[in-house]
Amino acid sequence: MTTRLQSEARRESLLLNMGPFHPAMHGTIRIMLEIEGERVRNAEVEIGFLHRGFEKTCENKTWFNLLPYTDRLNYVSPLLNNLGYALAVEKLFGVEAPARARLIRVLLGELSRIADHLTCVAAMAMECGAFTVFLYNIKAREFIWDVIEATTGARMTTSYIRIGGVRADLHPGWREATARAVAETRKVLKDVRGLLDANPIFLKRTRDIAVISPERALAYGWTGPCLRSTGIAYDVRRAHPYLDYDDFEFEIPTGERGDNFDRYLVRMREMEQSLRIIEQAASKLGASPPAVMAASVEPAAAIEASRSRRERRPIRLSPNLEGSEKAVSEDILAAGPWAAPPKEDVYSSIEGLIRHFQFFMKDHGIRPPRGEVYGAVEGGNGEVGFYLVSDGSDTPARVHLRAPCFHIVAALEELIVGLYLADIIPTFGSLNMIGGELDR
Amino acid sequence: MSRNASAFNSVLGWARKFSLFHYPFVTACCGMEYMSAACAHFDLDRFGAGWTRFSPRQADLLIVVGTVTEKLTPVLQTVYRQMVDPKWVIAFGACAVSGGIYDNYAVLQGIDTVIPVDVYIPGGPPRPETVLDGLIKLQEKIQKQDQDWRWRKRRS
Ligand code: SF4
Repeated sequence: MTTRLQSEARRESLLLNMGPFHPAMHGTIRIMLEIEGERVRNAEVEIGFLHRGFEKTCENKTWFNLLPYTDRLNYVSPLLNNLGYALAVEKLFGVEAPARARLIRVLLGELSRIADHLTCVAAMAMECGAFTVFLYNIKAREFIWDVIEATTGARMTTSYIRIGGVRADLHPGWREATARAVAETRKVLKDVRGLLDANPIFLKRTRDIAVISPERALAYGWTGPCLRSTGIAYDVRRAHPYLDYDDFEFEIPTGERGDNFDRYLVRMREMEQSLRIIEQAASKLGASPPAVMAASVEPAAAIEASRSRRERRPIRLSPNLEGSEKAVSEDILAAGPWAAPPKEDVYSSIEGLIRHFQFFMKDHGIRPPRGEVYGAVEGGNGEVGFYLVSDGSDTPARVHLRAPCFHIVAALEELIVGLYLADIIPTFGSLNMIGGELDR
Repeated sequence: MSRNASAFNSVLGWARKFSLFHYPFVTACCGMEYMSAACAHFDLDRFGAGWTRFSPRQADLLIVVGTVTEKLTPVLQTVYRQMVDPKWVIAFGACAVSGGIYDNYAVLQGIDTVIPVDVYIPGGPPRPETVLDGLIKLQEKIQKQDQDWRWRKRRS
């Protein structure tokens, strides 16, 4: 098969194939190049090596069962994908998560965003030779994942943000863990900026390389840090506020030149803003304590009691029944028919069990009204949008993901033409291509 | 096997198991956990597998991390063929082991359908501790196996 590049190439130039498994490019993508000496004359990008059939698979799952697949879209910040999907479905169903759940979503979402940016900067710097930055950033990410893991039970693929709320309350001791993660991240950010900001090698490879104008960026449909690096302050959290982002104080850092360095810098500065949001969310969460827990009944005694009669006092059954305390479930899960029942109800009452089956058995699932919705959140790479079509059955008729990466990578060809071969690596790193999201 | 040969065999096994140069074939989400496992907190290096070679020709151990799709299958096979003997393969994560949650038209249902696999590490994604455990299992296997060396090709 002749590719476009092959047919357009001059006879005397050299064709070079980067990828689909190039070591300096995290992710599977193939860049075909026509080069003249060290310069790229023409480029063609081939994607789709990680096409896992996300959208088609979702059409065969119920609204609730497809949540784990959303984890694996932008797998560096799974919580933000969960959130995007949950918000879109909530819009379709007309439910809203309780206040505490919204705050928890903000808190964990921002942690997730930091993890995303840390990984991006780590990979980008490593590919330019700054291995120290990689080690530092992954270290900070480890502290963030400690918080996420203790609350959600998984380090990466969490499936924690559910339709109508979140799965469980924050873990005991989250406050100290979060404070630790914030402190460690601050320290790492300071170190990394000290290492890179004025580093001549890093600057040579990023400053004024792969510049994109705001108009071109908009024309390609860029969003997120990459768009903001060109000076356009578009952030879904501000432009179309969701959750309680209105009540938080944060800035939207922008760049000026739209080059590799600006994309790096915007990410670094955004992490600082995310840390601010986390601190605010933590203090707000402190102000709204969960419903008072019952004086603790030991699990064995509680099971005994719930067998003999209907327990009126809130029962403390976790952690072995995996879930939040019953008393807090109304704080973190919306009431009404659209939100899945909390696990404690499922295990301790027949009504709860029936409702559970109604949700999770195929062909018995909850049926949303007919219609279509689009819900978007600010993900790690930009606007993560879910377009859902419901035909009134328990499975979606169509799920479409508006992946920010797809639009960003679309511009890659244009960006690298005219650059040196070695410039492709930091350019590609700064765009933060994530296969799961790009190819779905 | 003579006594000398078997002693040499185990010395060689010992040397090989502690000097694994690995090539990460990272395609998807599991790669994030691979990064964690390789970095300071968990540190694969403690077990003699710290040296990541980004060229299959210099590597002994192929770690297939993440989902391998049908489109990527020929690439994986090529990479495997480019490695020189002796070589080992670890399937990292549910997707590499069996296709994981993606049971559909696009995804290869386990890399062992196209290349031989020595150690399977389950989990989606596996925790770094699991990865370390898998590595130790591989080292045990290498120690025990019948080594081949220059003047003695393995009987197969
Ligand atoms: S096993 Fe899970 S985490 Fe790993 S690549 Fe597959 S879907 Fe991603």
